Amino acid sequence: MLAFGLRRLGVALFVAFAVSVISFGLLYMSGDLAIALAGDTPDYAQVDLIRKQYGLDRPLIVQYGDWLHGALGGDFGQSVYFKTPVKTMIAERLPVTMTLGLTSMLFALVLGLPLGVLAAIRPNSWIDRIALTFSVLGQALPSFWFALVLIVFLSLTWPLLPPSGTDSWENFVMPTIVLGYNATPAIMRLTRTGMLEVLGADYIRTARAKGLRPAKVLFKHALRNAVIPVVSLAAVQFGFMLGGSVVVETIFALHGTGFMAWEAIKNNDFPTVQAVIMVFALFYIVLTFLADILNAWLDPRIRIA
Amino acid sequence: MSAVSTIETVTAPARDWRRTIRHVGLLVGGGVFGAIVLIAAFAPLLTPYDPYIQDIPNRLLPPVWQEAGVWAHPLGTDQLGRDYLSRLMHGARISLLIGVAAALLSGLIGTALGVAAGYFGGRVDMVVTAIVTVRLSLPVVLIALAVVGAIGGSLQVMIAVIGLLLWDRYAVVMRGATLQVRNLDYVTAARAAGCSTARIVLSEVLPNVLNPLIVVATLEMAHAILLEAALSFLGLGVQPPLPSWGLMIAEGKNYILFESWLIGIPGAALFALILAINLMGDGLRDVTAPEDRG
Repeated sequence: MLAFGLRRLGVALFVAFAVSVISFGLLYMSGDLAIALAGDTPDYAQVDLIRKQYGLDRPLIVQYGDWLHGALGGDFGQSVYFKTPVKTMIAERLPVTMTLGLTSMLFALVLGLPLGVLAAIRPNSWIDRIALTFSVLGQALPSFWFALVLIVFLSLTWPLLPPSGTDSWENFVMPTIVLGYNATPAIMRLTRTGMLEVLGADYIRTARAKGLRPAKVLFKHALRNAVIPVVSLAAVQFGFMLGGSVVVETIFALHGTGFMAWEAIKNNDFPTVQAVIMVFALFYIVLTFLADILNAWLDPRIRIA
Repeated sequence: MSAVSTIETVTAPARDWRRTIRHVGLLVGGGVFGAIVLIAAFAPLLTPYDPYIQDIPNRLLPPVWQEAGVWAHPLGTDQLGRDYLSRLMHGARISLLIGVAAALLSGLIGTALGVAAGYFGGRVDMVVTAIVTVRLSLPVVLIALAVVGAIGGSLQVMIAVIGLLLWDRYAVVMRGATLQVRNLDYVTAARAAGCSTARIVLSEVLPNVLNPLIVVATLEMAHAILLEAALSFLGLGVQPPLPSWGLMIAEGKNYILFESWLIGIPGAALFALILAINLMGDGLRDVTAPEDRG
């Protein structure tokens, strides 16, 4: 188990390093950052000044080293557009995005798990068909459009919920639905597949044969095993949700990290963009790492492979 | 699907064909997709108006099913008086162009990585797995937005950005498929006969992993189209005045209260296209490899 954990940790560290190089390098694609920062009508003196001010005249590797050194301590520099330390802004905005991520994941699990279980208990029944139809439709629904449709019906036609803002829990309802439904089909399908597989296993037949109540067989014996792969999927999906928060937060003007990233991109605020990419990626890396460790602990076969 | 009792006497193509014509999802999805492809291909001939010509006096005409609608503009006109049906039909070209081109580009990258990992195994597999893991940890939407924000949103840039980001599923599926094939007798035979690695990969392995490849390509095309629409909607994708469906929805957003059909129509078109492609992809998988259904 320790060997597995260390190997997996090595992978996580390597991935984090690679992501840091990419998120640092990405912003140099635009060519000369100093010119981009100088505005619409820059003159040479101005560009030179900006180049010195941001240290853009140093070799790339030095700039990267400097940036990484700061980033390791949580210091991502000063925001070009918001004029505050990136660290402070992320600390302010991240709780909003995390809340949204958690409520959305809860939404997806509350909907996806029972539907998946029900579909697996009665394969090809009407409930299975409804679950399948739901997942096929859900996967085709563009989330940004779904968000607007919700606004039309729940904010404009019937003013039940606020269309934008971050002030109360009501502001989180529609974003949660939009972000959560996106992850639901995958969770539902994996639960269904896992349950179908487990329900055919010998130990379930044994449990039934020895006269256990069907509910006990289902929840204590079957679901527990079927849900193991769903844990990994949920970790992956949570990472995707952070990425998807850019779209959803922007539409609902929810002041989280995603919305901030969109504003930063629109205004050439590269330190902020780099930081958000790095933070989102780190969350994904940590979550998948924890999920893998949890899985290895739950299922010894994984440790050896 | 009913069980085929005479498995021994049915050839694979005949079996696949029989499954195809019985698969409702595949037929409906393929039909709708085919129709949209035809509309996109012949859009300049089919559309009554130039999608870029503005007609301010006739701006924001509602579609025919509303009271003030006129048959001259069946889907109404947008905020600049441009015929909405014409823009919708031309917009299909953008979606399909980006979808197909990005899926080809990412298919090339992902297949090369996946087949190499599956066929060679060992160190190559390790490196590819690491690259895929790195790619999966990157927030796709954010990276795409940042790149488009930095270098602009021409069609070529959109195709390149999306194509370079969405190859992960190809790599994973192709790796698995190649692993299944690489130790089969005909590959061993080719190796024993002294065929070069390139020859074995190209003429023995690739043709036999083609089915899952086509399925992934279909689903990833839908993924690419959705991503383009989302980026264009956020203003960091295809730029005006091009009639990208995502952009049309963004432009209609300001009229959401009274002219909600402005976002309803392109959104419904996008939904229908993605649904059709997904049904087609799921159907193709059911037909060629029903055991992979999950």
